[in-house]
Amino acid sequence: MADLWEENMVNSKLSRRGVLKTGAVTSAGLALPTIFTAQSAAAYTNEPTGSSVTLGFNVPQTGPYADEGADELRAYQLAIEHLNGAGDGGMLNTFSSKALQGNGILGKEVKYVTGDTQTKSDAARASAKSMIEKDGAVMITGGSSSGVAVAVQALCQEAGVIFMAGLTHSNDTTGKDKRANGFRHFFNSYMSGAALAPVLANAYGTDRKAYHLTADYNWGYTTEEAVKSSTEAMGWETVAAVKTPLTQTDFSSYIAPVLQSGADTLVLNHYGGNMVNSLTNAVQFGLRDKQVNGKDFQIIVPLYSRLMAKGAGANVKGIFGSTNWHWSLQDEGSQAFVRSFGTKYGFPPSQAAHTCYVQTLLYADAVERAGSFAPCAVVEALEDYEFDGLGNGKTLYRGADHQCFKDVLVVKGKENPTSEFDLLEIVEVTPVGQVTYDPNHPQFQGGALGSCNNGA
Amino acid sequence: MFKLEKSDLSLLIIVAVLTLFAPFILNPFPADSAMSQFNAGYPDLMQRFVIFGIFAVGFNILFGLTGYLSFGHAAFLGVGSYAAIWMMKLLTMNVIPAIVASVVVAGLISFLVGWISLRRSGIYFSILTLAFAMMMYQLAYSDLFGQLFGGILTGGETGLQPKVADPRILDAPLDPGANPKAHLFGLEMGSSFKLDIAGWQFTFNAGYYIAAFAMLCAFYLSIRIFRSPFGMMLRAVKSNQQRMNYTGLNSKPYTLAAFVISGMYAGLAGGLLVAMDTQVGAERMFWTASGEVVIMTILGGVGSLIGPVLGAGVLKYMENILSKINKGVLETWFSFMPDGMSDFFIAITNLFVGKQWHITTGVIFMLVVIYLPGGLVEGGRRLGNRFQRSGKERQNHTKPAE
Repeated sequence: MADLWEENMVNSKLSRRGVLKTGAVTSAGLALPTIFTAQSAAAYTNEPTGSSVTLGFNVPQTGPYADEGADELRAYQLAIEHLNGAGDGGMLNTFSSKALQGNGILGKEVKYVTGDTQTKSDAARASAKSMIEKDGAVMITGGSSSGVAVAVQALCQEAGVIFMAGLTHSNDTTGKDKRANGFRHFFNSYMSGAALAPVLANAYGTDRKAYHLTADYNWGYTTEEAVKSSTEAMGWETVAAVKTPLTQTDFSSYIAPVLQSGADTLVLNHYGGNMVNSLTNAVQFGLRDKQVNGKDFQIIVPLYSRLMAKGAGANVKGIFGSTNWHWSLQDEGSQAFVRSFGTKYGFPPSQAAHTCYVQTLLYADAVERAGSFAPCAVVEALEDYEFDGLGNGKTLYRGADHQCFKDVLVVKGKENPTSEFDLLEIVEVTPVGQVTYDPNHPQFQGGALGSCNNGA
Repeated sequence: MFKLEKSDLSLLIIVAVLTLFAPFILNPFPADSAMSQFNAGYPDLMQRFVIFGIFAVGFNILFGLTGYLSFGHAAFLGVGSYAAIWMMKLLTMNVIPAIVASVVVAGLISFLVGWISLRRSGIYFSILTLAFAMMMYQLAYSDLFGQLFGGILTGGETGLQPKVADPRILDAPLDPGANPKAHLFGLEMGSSFKLDIAGWQFTFNAGYYIAAFAMLCAFYLSIRIFRSPFGMMLRAVKSNQQRMNYTGLNSKPYTLAAFVISGMYAGLAGGLLVAMDTQVGAERMFWTASGEVVIMTILGGVGSLIGPVLGAGVLKYMENILSKINKGVLETWFSFMPDGMSDFFIAITNLFVGKQWHITTGVIFMLVVIYLPGGLVEGGRRLGNRFQRSGKERQNHTKPAE
């Protein structure tokens, strides 16, 4: 009882203070100037009216993909520098479109805001929303996970701003969850499978028995499906496909049954820390020294990144995988990008950095060509747009699903790395024709772009 | 009025006025000034303030009154969200069925979880709720039920969103090219009225006021529960459950009711989250989300009426405002200083903002727990006492104005 009384007393004290406060607030409200300027009707969400335009960089700064996020942010800052005419201009000089002059976008200085997605779709959407509602961002870009990309892409569609996806590899981003206001430059699971299969057939023959370990989430499923169907098409047999929890750090219990299964190839549909751990476990179990069915046991990692290769160390030697871009590419665009990134930060960029940099340039270029920041004008300028000089050779932004079609790199862990960045060697550049698919391919079914949204 | 005591009524009125004028109060700085970084008066964050306020108020009914510390309340929030989004996919984009369904489904699930977990108390209860929540998170994250029945229930990692192709049997078909948007009888949640006064810009958002109305109702209900005989029973559970049992009272129906009520509050918050932002992902059920509501409640003041709302506000403010201050922003702040000095200040400040906002939150949480065990409410109370005391002293010396 004593407690109760005390609380009542407290409340009455609070309320006395509160009455004063209420009075103050009300009088402040009444004292406001009576000249209200109704907001002028904007043609689209966050139409930039001043001398600058704001872009939103929404990347994971904490959580499992923080490394990728940090690299993405570096690339964005570099892109802003180049757009505003500072630095050496990077890929602006090699880009096939010459619309960008280095004087910002449409003459407006480019500014940016950053946010932390925490690799969670809720946090990513909250941060993107604050960029749109508070900072007036006219384009959102970033993300290092497909769940986040899909969530933010849908948000941008509703809000009426453009979303330029960062590192997202799942088929669904431009498949069943595609949106008219969203664009993806990065490649996807299907392309990985299609590019890898012929190389694998060449290297390991066409009568292998594969065992899949798959990260238990959306990206894992689409990757497993893509690799399975492309390898089965050339004669491989899939012995088993086992899901592993995303939070798993020790994969020994998943590796042990592999040898009993009679499989002679292990496919690790893992990314980031998962892949580092599972590959390390597999090598420790001596899988790679085993002989099964009269063949050397092999391991394959469908999606490779330099940061992962670094984490797995010597274990990646000789292991095949695919990647969107690699800094050792010799074309003009890649070289220009590596040069300016290296000068600014002192090390070569990752594929995440590359795709984010390119996406920013592509957006700016589309705005410049369209002559407007209006999302629908940008969508029109990007759809079925062909360009070159951004590091992946001739590339098409397909209008049917807003996916970029370009060559895919098949890479292998280098036997004799010369530095901590020189871990992968390019085995083959799979031509774009080989990884192109129909927009209604079964792996991409079930979605619709809808039509572009200009928002307010 | 409202069958409330005078003190409670004035508290309710204060909260109502504060939420009504939040677009002004949270936007104290002109839009173009450097300080506008600290403005919180934009729709998304204001919605989050009131929605997580509801979540924390509900949690406080369980934790503050009975002392049962649930570590799995985010699961009910998530369940509510999934229920709401399915209503939007199947029935209508109107938020009313979505919100009703979220409360009902969260109530049912929390009844099940509470039925089992409340067999134990103390740390065992906490662990049980945590286990349930993580189970439900895993079910949602890998969409186990969806996989079992060959469909989609939670959408796994990518979650669920309303799509153009969804059935929505109560709605007229969408115009070609239109996107499904959540609305209340035609009033879209995203629609805002913007008011420009001099350099200030204030945004009045429909969704915010709907969520704020729900929060006021929830808050009113929580006051009534706190003051009711039922609330007294719950307090008795907290002070000595054993003695209560010895007198022949079965406390389980009371604790279970409290558990279900707080679960329904969480469901309401989840439903509102979906109404404001039509998307749901499994992460909102993760155990860290459950931990967050515990922190909100403790930060604000366990067992006090207004505390949880304050705690929710502080935590969400940190998460959304501090985390966006990056190095570039700091450089403009300290640019007036000489080079070496500004570098020094940037380096120090940078430790506490941007991606390190957790550090600041942690420090504040520690300070509150150590020096203000009653939370921010106790801080306010102490300040109030001090002012009152000095006011009284002044009264002795000077004549009152009236």
